[in-house]
Amino acid sequence: MTPFRVSIVAAIAALLLLFAIFELIRSRRLQERYAMLWLLTGIVILILGLWRSLLSTIADAVGIAYPPSALFVLAAVFILLLLLHYSTVISTLADQNRILAQRLALLESRLEEERSAG
Amino acid sequence: MVQSFTTGGAEGRDARATALRCIAIVPAYNEEASVARVIEDIGAADSSFDIVVVDDGSTDRTGAVAETAGANVVHLPYNLGIGGAVQTGLQYARDHDFDVAVQVDGDAQHDPLEIPKILAPILEGKADVVVGSRFLGEGEYEPPVTRLLGIRLLARIVSVLVRQRVTDTTSGFRASNRRAISLFASDYPHDYPEVEAMVLLFRHRLKLVEVPVHMRLRGAGESSITFWGSAYYMLKVLLALFVGLFRRYPTPLEDHQ
Repeated sequence: MTPFRVSIVAAIAALLLLFAIFELIRSRRLQERYAMLWLLTGIVILILGLWRSLLSTIADAVGIAYPPSALFVLAAVFILLLLLHYSTVISTLADQNRILAQRLALLESRLEEERSAG
Repeated sequence: MVQSFTTGGAEGRDARATALRCIAIVPAYNEEASVARVIEDIGAADSSFDIVVVDDGSTDRTGAVAETAGANVVHLPYNLGIGGAVQTGLQYARDHDFDVAVQVDGDAQHDPLEIPKILAPILEGKADVVVGSRFLGEGEYEPPVTRLLGIRLLARIVSVLVRQRVTDTTSGFRASNRRAISLFASDYPHDYPEVEAMVLLFRHRLKLVEVPVHMRLRGAGESSITFWGSAYYMLKVLLALFVGLFRRYPTPLEDHQ
């Protein structure tokens, strides 16, 4: 593959990803707040695909001898960020879920008490 | 001038003939210092109003203070954010069969004495939702330059989207009639709802009217707005508005008369 073709393929892949994200938001299966990181990922892939010397520049700047490695490093960082983000989201959800269960149980017991009292 | 979304959006009957049941919805998150004053001011402005305070998972005594001040209080088990809190209030209004709901923020920046102004277009059947705007000549609200730019940009964009001039897309001082209560109770934007709600109204062919209000300085507590927060907010709202353009709303809500 020539470098030019690689650019096109990468750009198409990035556009597909961006469109998939857009469609998920539109059909309300993905909330905007959780889409922001994904959009950023798609946009970064698109930029790197179209502007190929940028990758070499980044690789040089951080001292990576082989530019494609920089791509993997970058990808790993993004995946890490996404995972970390979702870990915090899950923690919040778990917390809220516990609170809901407690409130529901207390409400039930109060209803029961009032029924047996009245 | 003010263009209507479509004909027949607002309730046509003369509503003043019958006694309408009105409720003030007060979303409050950690506003123990100001929520009692808001409740008293609403009562002083119009004693016929029912008041429901939605305590949005406050960690201070907001809920207890509001109860002592005589309001009905809905305690959310944890913080849902302004969208979830307001929607809870609107669901309360729907479930208790209120005709009109006015949202008054718990931080006392809205002056309850202006509720009649916000109510008027609904009572006259000229609007389904009325928004109190800080930028229609009344009051001396002067936000910082960056925030003003953001506010202007949003107003421009929303004006184009709803084909009507709007000036204050983020104002939370609003009144809704039954149709709007019913719509928002089932579908209300969550994160930063005021802007998107305007577009939602347009898509459902409900009529929006802005009236000038002045805004008081914050009674107590900290504004939750920071620079980076605002930038992120703008990005997210723009994204939501853009994507919203491609959603379809096939069924305008039925009139619940």
